[in-house]
Amino acid sequence: MSVSGPAAAIDLKGIDKRFGAVHANKAVSLAIAPGTIHGIVGENGAGKSTLMSILYGFYQADAGEIFINGAPRKIVRPSDAIAAGIGMVHQHFMLVEPFTVLENVVLGAEGGARLIGGLTKARTELQRLGDAYNMSVPLDTPVSELAVGVQQRVEILKALYRGADVLILDEPTGVLTPSEADHLFRVLDQLRHQGKTVIFITHKLREIMAITDNVSVMRRGEIVGTVATKTTTPQALAELMVGRTVRLKVDKAARAPGPVVLDVRELSATDNRGTTRLRDVSFTIREGEIVGIAGVAGNGQSELLEVLAGIRRRASGEILLHGQPLDPAHTDPAKLREARCAHVPEDRHRMGLVMSFSACENTILGYQDDPRFTPHGLLNRTAIAADTSGKMIAFDVRPGNPQLRASLFSGGNQQKLVLAREFERDPTLLIVGQPTRGVDIGAIEFIHKRLIAMRDAGKAVLLVSVELDEIRALADRVLVMFDGRIVGERGPDASEQDLGLLMAGIAS
Amino acid sequence: MSARAAELPWWADALVMPVLNLALAFLVSGGVLLALGEDPIECVQIMFNGAFSSGSGIGYTLFYATNFIFTGLAFAVAFHAGLFNIGVEGQAYIAGLGVALASLYFEFLPAPVIILLAIVFSAAFGAAWAFIPAYLQAKRGSHLVITTIMFNFIATALMAFLLVNFLKPDGDMAPETRTFAEHARMPLLQDVFGWFGLTMAQSPLNLSFVWALICAAAVSLLVWRTRLGYELRTLGASPDAAVYAGMPVTRLTVIALMISGALGGFLALNEVMGSQNRLTLEFSGGYGFVGIAVALMGRSRSIGIILAAILFGALYQGGAELAFDKPNITRDMVVLVQGLVILMAGALEHMLRPTVGRLFAGCSTTATAQEA
Repeated sequence: MSVSGPAAAIDLKGIDKRFGAVHANKAVSLAIAPGTIHGIVGENGAGKSTLMSILYGFYQADAGEIFINGAPRKIVRPSDAIAAGIGMVHQHFMLVEPFTVLENVVLGAEGGARLIGGLTKARTELQRLGDAYNMSVPLDTPVSELAVGVQQRVEILKALYRGADVLILDEPTGVLTPSEADHLFRVLDQLRHQGKTVIFITHKLREIMAITDNVSVMRRGEIVGTVATKTTTPQALAELMVGRTVRLKVDKAARAPGPVVLDVRELSATDNRGTTRLRDVSFTIREGEIVGIAGVAGNGQSELLEVLAGIRRRASGEILLHGQPLDPAHTDPAKLREARCAHVPEDRHRMGLVMSFSACENTILGYQDDPRFTPHGLLNRTAIAADTSGKMIAFDVRPGNPQLRASLFSGGNQQKLVLAREFERDPTLLIVGQPTRGVDIGAIEFIHKRLIAMRDAGKAVLLVSVELDEIRALADRVLVMFDGRIVGERGPDASEQDLGLLMAGIAS
Repeated sequence: MSARAAELPWWADALVMPVLNLALAFLVSGGVLLALGEDPIECVQIMFNGAFSSGSGIGYTLFYATNFIFTGLAFAVAFHAGLFNIGVEGQAYIAGLGVALASLYFEFLPAPVIILLAIVFSAAFGAAWAFIPAYLQAKRGSHLVITTIMFNFIATALMAFLLVNFLKPDGDMAPETRTFAEHARMPLLQDVFGWFGLTMAQSPLNLSFVWALICAAAVSLLVWRTRLGYELRTLGASPDAAVYAGMPVTRLTVIALMISGALGGFLALNEVMGSQNRLTLEFSGGYGFVGIAVALMGRSRSIGIILAAILFGALYQGGAELAFDKPNITRDMVVLVQGLVILMAGALEHMLRPTVGRLFAGCSTTATAQEA
């Protein structure tokens, strides 16, 4: 690569990485100019995270070189990356919750057997950094007591404290409210002004357009284009990502909802630690209607889903299904399935699928008592495989091999497997959590169409998602949750600001 | 990029890894033998010959292997459900009571009925001893590893108490029951062969071995072909998914451990009813613990457990021969070799795995479909 002007802050040349049969990075070359914010977008599994993990020393490339400020560097482990001035803020924060902010920042850089020296030094340095970048955080508060947006700032400060000149942010806005995201963007802007370089990984094109200077699109382990952000459009980026034309909007015909299917009255519940997570939640869902629950992750949506699916006991309140109250003592997932309530859980890795099981074994999960699958308590493998094949065809799960282990499917196909299992049972009530989390754009399109189809077929659908765009595209009514309460109801055409304020608990 | 460390093809997982681990264990043992001034090759020959070259040697090897099959299966069933039953030792020990009950108090019955009763009683006693920790785990969240270890100690104390105070015939010094009547013992295989006019070398190998093989097949069926097995495996692989699927998690936990305890209890059939012909102190002899290694080495599969059990049986039998032949080498040497096998196959399972994984990563593996 010819060098004109200052050397690139990061210059990756011919990075190649394979995991077994998977070619995660195919001779990727990428130069990032210093003092810019560089976005990397791509579908799930496109190789963004692998590339960044190689840069940060989690993996080693099979081939290729890394140049930092023009000089070749060997990065074998994260400490090498830190020494080279690279910091990373992970999607899931690497913070010790009971420790204070200060203790978290010095973690791994304590500077001696006695803690006090390191802490004092860190305190002054952090105050300086906080002033310089307009990021004040309470240094002596345990991290567990901080809001998610503040925790993220701690992560950024941690990286800066270690002398990072290049910051890698992996899907940083997934856990933030719109206003917290705005704040993050202001911080990033400040960092750019101070000459820092930021690599911003996301799948949200809106954010790319809002904050980055340049953007690289990855598809199937390759960089398929790097452009200056102001010369491109979201539609063009989306097409680069997927490799074909995509529709970002869903077609949805108006439909008059039918009678009430689910009636939730003053529902309250606690989490496993006994903290109240749901406070007097009331709402109804009718036939042929999608009710969307918007909100920042962790405001009680998970508990709501679990209570409605029979997994979590409610503390108080009533749930009526088709007008019949559900007895709290006898509401378990098996009973609800019998009552034709299907549940697509938020976390398919932990709950919706057993990753080490084959697709076959996963399609009977929850329906293992069905005599078609287990006559006389014995697994009828032929029937199960035939059923799975049918579902895989109906939901275009690829590859269509029922014997393949769930972990070997892509995120989108895993999710389709879950949807196929739950949708094909012809439920009357459908409880869906984060249907497109970690799913590629092509599959998102497909899943959205299926959800609309279920609504059009007269099913009552409860849709919980942290993706505001998704809620607005699909829901007929939007309920916003904050701190365990439903703080407002809006139509699907409510403005983003309006919903954003509700999600932040500011308006009502 | 969901495939983190390169995965091994199943046959490498099932064959290459155990063999490599074993080779490493033998290599280290060889080093120890060299340090003792012995010729490792000669020692291996003695052990191998002791275990396999004579009919009686094979009989002993399989006799020990029977114990390991039972305890290995016991551990594996619980392990499939994600439960670490370290209490097989105690469950097997208590099951001795069941066997003694059948063989001493029902000796007026014909032999086949006594055998049947012994099977039922040993299973019931083993399962019962597993039930308490199982219940505590399922209902109260007490940690199974802790409670089952405690229950091993309680079993030891309880058995000593019962043998000394109640089961020992009056006037005897040894804390053991009287010898079972001829027909209240598990028939030796050499006798069974004799009924058909066949001859077989002398050894304590008895019909329990056949029962062990039947149990192995039954466990395989249970785990892989039944709804219960499916539920147990789901619980083991992902407890949250089991809850999501509406499986009765508490009941499954208890069932898995009781099956485990019952299988472990069959150890008493082999030792008490098949070989010693009376209930003695500490007849369980650590087989319950070695069963953990057998199950881990056999990848919790019945075939693997049988093979690993035969390996450990051979180590026991060959080791005894070695100690007999070489005054320099005590039985403790065998314990050392076993310990190394357990260390390599169990505890250090993951030591060689990444390297082997990298070797295989180059070659094309089974059909992986990662690309969306």
